[in-house]
Amino acid sequence: MSDTAHGHGGGDGGTRRDFLALAGAAFGAAGAGLALWPLIDSMNPAKDVLALSSVEIDLKPVAVGQRITVKWRGKPVFIDHRTPDQISKAQADDKADLKDPQSDKDRVKKAEWLVMVGVCTHLGCVPLGQKVGQPRGEFGGWFCPCHGSHYDASGRIRKGPAPKNLEVPVYSFLNDTTLRVG
Amino acid sequence: MSASSQSQGPIVRWIDERLPVFSFMQHELHEYPTPKNLNYWWNFGSLAGIVLVIMIATGIFLAMNYTPHVDHAFNSVERIMRDVNYGWLIRYVHANGASMFFLVVYIHIFRGLYYGSYKPPRELLWWLGLVILLLMMATAFMGYVLPWGQMSFWGATVITNLFSAIPGVGEPIVTWLWGGFAVDNPTLQRFFSLHYLLPFVIVGVVVLHLVALHTAKSNNPLGIDPKSDKDTIPFHPYYTIKDMFGLGVFLIVFMAFVFYAPNFLGHPDNYIPAEPLVTPASIVPEWYLLPFYAILRAVPDKLGGVLLMFGAIFVLFALPWLDSSKVRSARFRPIYKQVFWIFLADCIVLGWAGAQKPEGAALLIGQLATAYYFFHLLILMPLLGRYEKTKPLPESISQPVLKS
Repeated sequence: MSDTAHGHGGGDGGTRRDFLALAGAAFGAAGAGLALWPLIDSMNPAKDVLALSSVEIDLKPVAVGQRITVKWRGKPVFIDHRTPDQISKAQADDKADLKDPQSDKDRVKKAEWLVMVGVCTHLGCVPLGQKVGQPRGEFGGWFCPCHGSHYDASGRIRKGPAPKNLEVPVYSFLNDTTLRVG
Repeated sequence: MSASSQSQGPIVRWIDERLPVFSFMQHELHEYPTPKNLNYWWNFGSLAGIVLVIMIATGIFLAMNYTPHVDHAFNSVERIMRDVNYGWLIRYVHANGASMFFLVVYIHIFRGLYYGSYKPPRELLWWLGLVILLLMMATAFMGYVLPWGQMSFWGATVITNLFSAIPGVGEPIVTWLWGGFAVDNPTLQRFFSLHYLLPFVIVGVVVLHLVALHTAKSNNPLGIDPKSDKDTIPFHPYYTIKDMFGLGVFLIVFMAFVFYAPNFLGHPDNYIPAEPLVTPASIVPEWYLLPFYAILRAVPDKLGGVLLMFGAIFVLFALPWLDSSKVRSARFRPIYKQVFWIFLADCIVLGWAGAQKPEGAALLIGQLATAYYFFHLLILMPLLGRYEKTKPLPESISQPVLKS
């Protein structure tokens, strides 16, 4: 096209037409990108999904030593009403060889209530140990049957392929017997 | 190929020797010899292609949030409007895009009628275009059913009942279409499936349409074949840039509807959830189907009306032979040039009649306009082809320009 262009040659040999073509193409590309954004963003969580982002749980019926599972954002949340034995074992393990070092104190707000997202940090299975009779792994916590990850009484990864401790969600105690997750 | 491969980098050449996508594009876009006198009416083919892409893109994202079930369809659409990020925008682009698609395609068809683009050697190109139009109508109709509002439900009921006019097997066919004894959940689910499928069938026919176009080459406002290289220019960059400019203008119109009057072309009754026990006071299809709806209602006989309505499209398949004039462009056909505009006005009158209640003057006007529609195509066109005295054609596309 340069042979038919009559724009003034710039110092570096570029013509006015080259500049216009480049500017036009850049403008078009930016516009196309902006037009794509609503389509991409529509796949993010919608407002009704975000509105479901917290649940409240009544802790009164949960006896000492009992573990319950509640659903939050489509995922299981483990709530463990720990016994004094389990608490002292978890605290003692603070000094053990931990893959993802974290003290038990940092993982709870009240020592008797352990609250965690019940999703194995390896590939997303739900570990066993919530129900009576299920295997709790070698460290008295949880055991993931998918690829054999063992979690201790504080939900910390001790053995197996999982890289991190079970995640502690954002939660708060509204009063002594009501817990809000999210 | 040879000229292009020299100017290409090694990576492009490596790919091209194994999969000739670059030489294909070079051949079909850069070397494709396009008549140099195409006017802005030739923009509407590429516009239609772009609208098809917009419809498929927005449709895919709508389908991610839509639930094809009678209990959830209406609410899932309202959720798209209220809760899904930019869902309102995607849905309004899709809904108004259907109208824009038909607007663009109707202009494209009337351009073909004016300049005789359906004549030899472009008969199959014309046929493929008509197949696309039929597919578009089916797709648009089924898409309109998906929100499951009152117009969705009763539109589906009325249109599927057209098939009950077929003697003998009509009723079993309608039951088969419904998957039940009324328009209900099975109908909605199959309509969703087909509404997702048909656009890709349209894409396939569009590809055939383009192959036929690039075989027969583009017609032009003079309707004469290019005689030499002087009569043509490469498609790229000359017509790509012209198409881009036209796209910009078109998008202004399109987005004006989307942002300022998104429901102008829709019917408010479709924001009432479907109620199988109550028919709305008046049932009208979307504007782009109104002319055919007028033809349907022009005949006081069930089977006759249905046959005439489908006949209104199928008669267009015969147009390359009904119009026996050797001259393509209306520029050189003094009488056709006039009756073309009468025919266009007749189609608009049909559209108006289709929106009125079928009684009194509106019904009579609809019947007269229907009669003229077929008179134009079946009687006027063959007669003009035989008796019209056409003006002399220029020797080449360049000649009239160089002379002045």
